[in-house]
Amino acid sequence: MTSSDLTELGIKEASRLLRLGSISASDLVTAHVERIERLDSHVKAYLRFTPELWEKQADEADRRIRQGDAPPLAGIPLAVKDVLCVRGVETTAGSRILRGFKPPYTGTAVARLFEAGAVMLGVTNCDEFAMGSSTENSGYFPTRNPWDLDRVPGGSSGGSAAAVAAGEAMIALGTDTGGSIRQPAALCGVVGMKPTYGRVSRSGLIAFASSLDQIGPLTRSVDDAAVVLSLMSGLDPLDATSSDRPGMEVLNNFGGGVKGMRLGVPREYYDVKGIEAGVKSAIDAALADLRIAGAEIVDVSLPHTDYGLAAYYIIAPAECSSNLARFDGVKYGLSEVDAPNITDEYLQTRRKGFGTEVRRRVMLGTYALSSGYYDAYYLKAQKVRTLIKRDFDEAFKHCDAIVSATSPTVAFPIGSKTQDPLSMYLCDVLTLGGNLAGLPGISVPCGTSDGLPVGLQVLGPQWGENVVLRVARAYEEASEVRAEVASVV
Amino acid sequence: MSDRDWEVVIGMEVHVQPRTRSKMFCGCAIAELNAAPNTHVCEICLGMPGVLPVPNKAAIEACLKTALALNCEIPRHTKFDRKNYMYPDLPKGYQISQYDLPMSVNGYLVVGARTVRIRRVHLEEDTGKLIHAGDKLHKAWESYVDLNRAGVPLMEIVSEPDLRSADEARDYAMELQTLLRTLGASNADMEKGQLRAEPNISIRRAGSEELGVKTELKNINSFRALHRAILYEVERQTQVLESGGSVVQETRGWSESEQRTFSQRSKEFADDYRYFPEPDIPPLELDRAWIEELRAALPELPGARRGRLVTQYALSSSDAARIVADRSLADLFEEAAAAGAPAKQTANWIVGEIAPTGKLPSGKNLAELVRLVGDGSITRDQGREVLMESVETGRTPAEIVAEHGYAQLSDVSELRVLAEAVIDSNPKAAADFRAGRKQAMQALMADLRKRAPQANPKIANELLLKLLG
Repeated sequence: MTSSDLTELGIKEASRLLRLGSISASDLVTAHVERIERLDSHVKAYLRFTPELWEKQADEADRRIRQGDAPPLAGIPLAVKDVLCVRGVETTAGSRILRGFKPPYTGTAVARLFEAGAVMLGVTNCDEFAMGSSTENSGYFPTRNPWDLDRVPGGSSGGSAAAVAAGEAMIALGTDTGGSIRQPAALCGVVGMKPTYGRVSRSGLIAFASSLDQIGPLTRSVDDAAVVLSLMSGLDPLDATSSDRPGMEVLNNFGGGVKGMRLGVPREYYDVKGIEAGVKSAIDAALADLRIAGAEIVDVSLPHTDYGLAAYYIIAPAECSSNLARFDGVKYGLSEVDAPNITDEYLQTRRKGFGTEVRRRVMLGTYALSSGYYDAYYLKAQKVRTLIKRDFDEAFKHCDAIVSATSPTVAFPIGSKTQDPLSMYLCDVLTLGGNLAGLPGISVPCGTSDGLPVGLQVLGPQWGENVVLRVARAYEEASEVRAEVASVV
Repeated sequence: MSDRDWEVVIGMEVHVQPRTRSKMFCGCAIAELNAAPNTHVCEICLGMPGVLPVPNKAAIEACLKTALALNCEIPRHTKFDRKNYMYPDLPKGYQISQYDLPMSVNGYLVVGARTVRIRRVHLEEDTGKLIHAGDKLHKAWESYVDLNRAGVPLMEIVSEPDLRSADEARDYAMELQTLLRTLGASNADMEKGQLRAEPNISIRRAGSEELGVKTELKNINSFRALHRAILYEVERQTQVLESGGSVVQETRGWSESEQRTFSQRSKEFADDYRYFPEPDIPPLELDRAWIEELRAALPELPGARRGRLVTQYALSSSDAARIVADRSLADLFEEAAAAGAPAKQTANWIVGEIAPTGKLPSGKNLAELVRLVGDGSITRDQGREVLMESVETGRTPAEIVAEHGYAQLSDVSELRVLAEAVIDSNPKAAADFRAGRKQAMQALMADLRKRAPQANPKIANELLLKLLG
């Protein structure tokens, strides 16, 4: 087997070969590292590599495989977004302000994948503190779309999406606050899933907006997404918002197809302002495939969609303004200690450490929470959030799952939106409703437009991961569209 | 100042550290005061990136017990909020507290003749401690941060402005301490910072319904300091107003060394803490059955117990107050009484001898001691010795009396020899007494008891009187 074959495998096939002894975990790592060495100077998916971890974890995986007690992800190469703390590994949330910060702890989701035998290759690039939709807001460098290096990979989990798309990792972890897993998955032609809020512990996730953030997998198949998600989900004593609710019996239960299921197409999403014709026709084709597979496609409505973006850009910055207060130069990371007094130390550290978009959102959020403005902004946004939840509740009375495009556009050229924050914010218009309502959602590849990947989004009711995965899997089978590894160069 | 003209109005904010093993939102142990800096910390209370707060159930329980004992309503829904401000002793840049849906509201506490309304009792976390080399934070050349205290649970008990004097404010704080100790909700030791009273003080013309401009006092770490600080502040405000000035709304610190208050922080421009619901902790819906269980399990509260001691044992209200102030003393009293000890004498022993030392005998041993002194078997002075030994060794007073051969000397002829010797040795005191200075008898009795602790004081006193007469 050639090393390029090894970088195109999914979990099931790789595990079979590992257990047969045809390949070793070290072979898998080596194949991926070689590919990274060849391609990542172009893609720039990774910020850092973790050779000590991959050597130790691959050896351990090989040992367990030989002993015959291999855990489910033994030897599977994993990339981790730079917002997830890993003990002893520099973790910076894509920000200069955390330069050099090595957490003394590993977050729950990553720890659970390590226990399951995953082998960590490195830390992937992202928009600073996960604020952005193109990975251009990284404090280090932009990541490029493996399908067209002049275009963005989406964001904020752009490094993780690009790594999986380029065969530089078999699976990756991202975080999704307004679409940050699903949108880059769509733009890079891979599968990306955001679970129900509370499904996966946020412990170890450097918070952007605590009531919206969720950790989820980026993979090249729905099966792989389901496996990774099931291994990291569930109650965690370190996160009071985590839960053991059912809905994750996916491994047995999601291959049943869509025959007889009702799939809702919200007209507000289908005809969303700015949707590209090529994206729309790919979605039409996907709906046709689902109909042929036996689903009934029904019209539904999410009437408050127009207000979602505004509410999101109040709530998320408000929470971020508070979450980012701890980066004050006193305890860790960048510290301008030569300032004449503590106030100047705060100001200089934060001015130097935070990029433009982070500063913008901290200011927006501070303003929205200020006395005299709280009712008009934050409180009103929370009311809108309630209305959006009700929209979904109502829609799910008429359908089992909701389907739409993940992003109104395909990957756009690097630099094309950086001067216009609002146009960048519009990238998330179809995804952030899922975060506001706390729903599970997935993006799966559904063809291309002008040679660039288009993503189909499936949203399910709260705790309805099994429904989402079932529809996505059925689409994957019916359409025969598969995430492919980009050859890049 | 003239009390006729001004009425004092005081509301109290009291922060209490509930008795818990661990901090409010993490598993760190609560540090002793003398612990080395930053030894009781973890990634959570250090506010490191990616960590989350998980509320401490024991702290919630202590807060609910306190609220129930203060006759508060427990609303169905409560939640935590973030209070945002940046300061180096606040690792996250916000304090987790409770804003508009506190754990409890609308209670009251009876203090003497006054019913003080309680506005709310809520839970929050403590900050760290700053140690400055130099003056305050902005002028220090170096500042050190100790985060042992960061994240320690605090209950905040807020009263309405119902107190009318320094005495009442002090009594209120003492009553809270007694209540908290009775509940086992807190050790409430002021010197250890486990109970921090912050009075809000204003004065107004007697008869006026309008509240004056208030100042808030901090840095108070004893009941005495609380009393003095309020007296000082009332006097200061009176002088300001009477000289035609106006009181500035501000936070003032109490300086123990200078015995005065000084301006710390002006509140002219209200701080904007940008409160919003803490997204990391889901809103709490407190189980009503649990609350009823807690209510049913409340011990007899100090007010009720004082009343019962007065009616059931005919104690004076001051003795009852002294005894009930410490639950272990009250328990000791009732155990001794149950073992047959007469109430009044037992109360005297507890108030006079046991409370000052804080060393408690068993109830049975106390009862025996009170009986031995009461029936004249031993003197009161011997009784003190026996008490000390009984506390130290745990042996019964009867055993100790037998071993030492303690007995009361009541033989008149022996006592007469003793009394004569005392008069001979203290010619000045004897002369003074004869000259009509009755208090000179005390010196003579003291010498007699020194020579013979076992002497029956009543007979000895009579003999001295006769010999000097």
